[in-house]
Amino acid sequence: MKYNEPLIYEISSPGRIGVNLPVCDVPESELPADLIRDELGLPEVGELQVVRHFVKLSQLNYAIDKGFYPLGSCTMKYNPKINEDVARYTGFAGLHPMNDEDSIQGALHVMYTLQNWLAEVSGFDAVSLHPAAGAHGEFAGILMIRKYHLDRGDVSRTKILVPNSAHGTNPATVTMAGMTVIELPSDHNGDVDLEALRAVCEGPEREHIAGMMITVPSTLGLFERGILKIIDMVHQAGGLMYMDGANMNALMGIVKPGELGFDVMHYNLHKTFSTPHGGGGPGCGAVGVNSKLKPFLPMPWVDIVEPADHEDEYPLYGFVKPEKTIGRLKAFHGNFGMHTRAYAYIRAYGGEGLFEVSKHAVLNANYVRSQLKDTYKIPYNRACGHEFVIEAHLDGAESIHALDISKRLMDYGIHPPTNYFPLIVPEALLIEPTETETKETLDEFIDAMKQIAREAKENPSLLTSAPHTMPVKRLDEVRAAKQLVLCCAPIMKGGTVE
Amino acid sequence: MSYIPHTDIERQQMLAAIGVTTIEDLFDAVPASHRFPKLAIPAALSEMEIAAEMQALAESNEHAGDFALFRGAGAYHHFVPSVVNHILMRGEFYTAYTPYQPEMSQGTLQATYEYQSMMCALTGMDAANASHYDGATSLAEAVTVAMEVTRYKRNKIILSPGIHPQYREVVRTYHQGRDLSIFGDETGQAKIQDLIALLDENTAMLAVAYPNFFGQIEDLKILAQKVHAVGALLVIVANPMALALFKSPGDLGADMVVGEGQPMGVGLQFGGPYLGYFAIRNEYVRKIAGRIVGETVDMDGKRAFVMTLRPREQDIRREKASSNICTNQGLMALAAAVYMSLMGKNGLRKVAELCYHKAHYAAHQIDQLPGFQVDRSLPFFNEFVVKCPRSVQSINDSLIADGIIGGYDLGNDYPHLQDHMLLCVTEMNTKAEIDTLVQKLGALS
Repeated sequence: MKYNEPLIYEISSPGRIGVNLPVCDVPESELPADLIRDELGLPEVGELQVVRHFVKLSQLNYAIDKGFYPLGSCTMKYNPKINEDVARYTGFAGLHPMNDEDSIQGALHVMYTLQNWLAEVSGFDAVSLHPAAGAHGEFAGILMIRKYHLDRGDVSRTKILVPNSAHGTNPATVTMAGMTVIELPSDHNGDVDLEALRAVCEGPEREHIAGMMITVPSTLGLFERGILKIIDMVHQAGGLMYMDGANMNALMGIVKPGELGFDVMHYNLHKTFSTPHGGGGPGCGAVGVNSKLKPFLPMPWVDIVEPADHEDEYPLYGFVKPEKTIGRLKAFHGNFGMHTRAYAYIRAYGGEGLFEVSKHAVLNANYVRSQLKDTYKIPYNRACGHEFVIEAHLDGAESIHALDISKRLMDYGIHPPTNYFPLIVPEALLIEPTETETKETLDEFIDAMKQIAREAKENPSLLTSAPHTMPVKRLDEVRAAKQLVLCCAPIMKGGTVE
Repeated sequence: MSYIPHTDIERQQMLAAIGVTTIEDLFDAVPASHRFPKLAIPAALSEMEIAAEMQALAESNEHAGDFALFRGAGAYHHFVPSVVNHILMRGEFYTAYTPYQPEMSQGTLQATYEYQSMMCALTGMDAANASHYDGATSLAEAVTVAMEVTRYKRNKIILSPGIHPQYREVVRTYHQGRDLSIFGDETGQAKIQDLIALLDENTAMLAVAYPNFFGQIEDLKILAQKVHAVGALLVIVANPMALALFKSPGDLGADMVVGEGQPMGVGLQFGGPYLGYFAIRNEYVRKIAGRIVGETVDMDGKRAFVMTLRPREQDIRREKASSNICTNQGLMALAAAVYMSLMGKNGLRKVAELCYHKAHYAAHQIDQLPGFQVDRSLPFFNEFVVKCPRSVQSINDSLIADGIIGGYDLGNDYPHLQDHMLLCVTEMNTKAEIDTLVQKLGALS
């Protein structure tokens, strides 16, 4: 499909409109002339044109609904259709966030129950659904750790330990919270270097350690074998442990982070609990905490304010302000549309089903790993979690980079894995199949990867000039950044309101 | 389970290929003391049972499908054309991820570019990003941009009390770890002149709302000049629907325009997901946080779109990034783009005028009622403040019995506004609904 879809402004024609609006049924009031604008540069397009335009744009996209999407660390699993329906029930979609509390009990029941289910999955005391994304949840977690120490009068704890394999959001979050990062190296097994950690925890920085952020399984897809030692060392030094829950899809029913000793973690409902990714959002970055951090949760948080009289009745729910809250991180109550979807998702699986989710996510990843290990270099080749990393150096094809393999995969109708992450592996390709893919799909991917490895040696230009079958070829990204064109302003000028 | 497709035979084949006997064998690295805990979560339900349970929970709420809604306060009940939802339901859009691979994401990228372009048109700015989480976080990110622009040499921020109370809370939450002082909204009563009096050489930015939380258009004519005279940035927090009618913030001299995009094509949804729009003048565009899409060409010279200014972002700059944001509200920005495309310049203007006329009709009628007094000190858009003869709570308790969700109780946030109600009227409120509201209020005076 190699057509060019024009910009919506390029199909605009004066006088067209894409909606039918009612006539005004009240007497008109005078507009304050000196405050009114006389131009508005929006396009003028008919309804069918708008439909065709956006349908054509949709067809230029790749998506889970079209095919395999093994994008590591993003958990691109199937998004059940029923979840889209329930989120659109009028009683949820048409509910005003500032309604009085006695008129929103159904919505609060969804939130309260989801809070508890998520707490159960991870072994925490309390969960807040307030943050809008994983990075937002990280920010909540680090602000809670910061405030916990300040509340105890421990004002010198301003540093957060972050392994060098971490998501970039981790160090960026620390900075946003006004704290500083101590980066930790990884050892030759891909685990945190315990000796380096011990040196920090027992060295001059000991009194400054506020906590540590760590991803489990790590961004290499590996379960950190020294995790209990790590948690103990940081706790001994007086720090708190933050778990980045991006990879929770490997852990449900496998292990509860709260039971391992973590103090706080965030969940990505758009990953593990399949509320869709939406082309880059919206998401939900719920945070779970133990009793130490519970008073610091962001507000508002849902609790029972009046217990039910009988077992078969609902209690009265309400929004509560945690005693020492870090405050509000967004307006209203979080991305509620994601809460309803995650609720429906957990309802469809139940506790035992969630265990099956993680088991099969890990099975699929290990199966693909076992089939690719003779073709590609796998730097840490042991049982992985829900994802694993390839080092995309091919002997006999030295000019080929991870990016070339990725672009060539597109020609096979498959979305590439995550490129160049984690940073500690050169030419990294991070592969996460998820549990919702069949063995046939995995086999097609494995075959494509093997075929590409052959092509790399026999006909490398097939890779370096890929993709060949997409709507566009490789882009000039340098030009995009140098000659910034961020809006089609020249076309927009002269839009006088009639 | 229908979402996990494995058959027993396939499981055995896969385990054999891996070289283990059971799936459980793959978890040896997890400490045995904590391995395989039970999850006390109720057993699975079928799809029809889930639908029934959630439909019942949904219907137990008092929602806009059953009630006449006169509440706004940052979330607005506007008409959403059918086309918007049909486009959002395209799996190609909503089951895609961030367009990291532009060759297979041109749909999301071009739609985002069009969204950015239309937001520029609406705000009178040169560039807009792909959106933030919501209006409140957009404002919090604007503070960071102002700090960056003034190189962290200034640490004073002035916020008008007319900005949504929750937005101001979010700014404080975001910046609690930074050396930053916030002034202007302490008493909740400062006017534009009072804010101007606070400006000094240490001020990084001043933010006002347009219309403000009370629905009013304050006189911003000289504000930009005063803010710029001390070298600070002017941020205008605007309701985009009002911008279809009132002068653009760019015209008023704003350096950044932020706000809640929900009025354009996104339903109430109990407060989220919404989208925070963020627009800025060219000179500061490289300081902007969040995703942004630019135009470029492919190897054949064909026009194409790509995420740009990437080196600012957290995955590359790590602890040196000014924000950790790594998504936008992609699907909501798409909703806004489809909405603005359908409305076009004349449709959006007409919706804004309907809001204006209906709100003014309602205000005029209510102002006639004994005991009720509408604040007419400033021009207003689709919300207005009414001083009531009794508590707002008691009025709303009475209205709900008549199928009406009344206005927002301003006493919650502004101590000097006890017994003051903030009413919102949009194109969704018919004259009959308004007349019923007026009649019911009249019975309470």
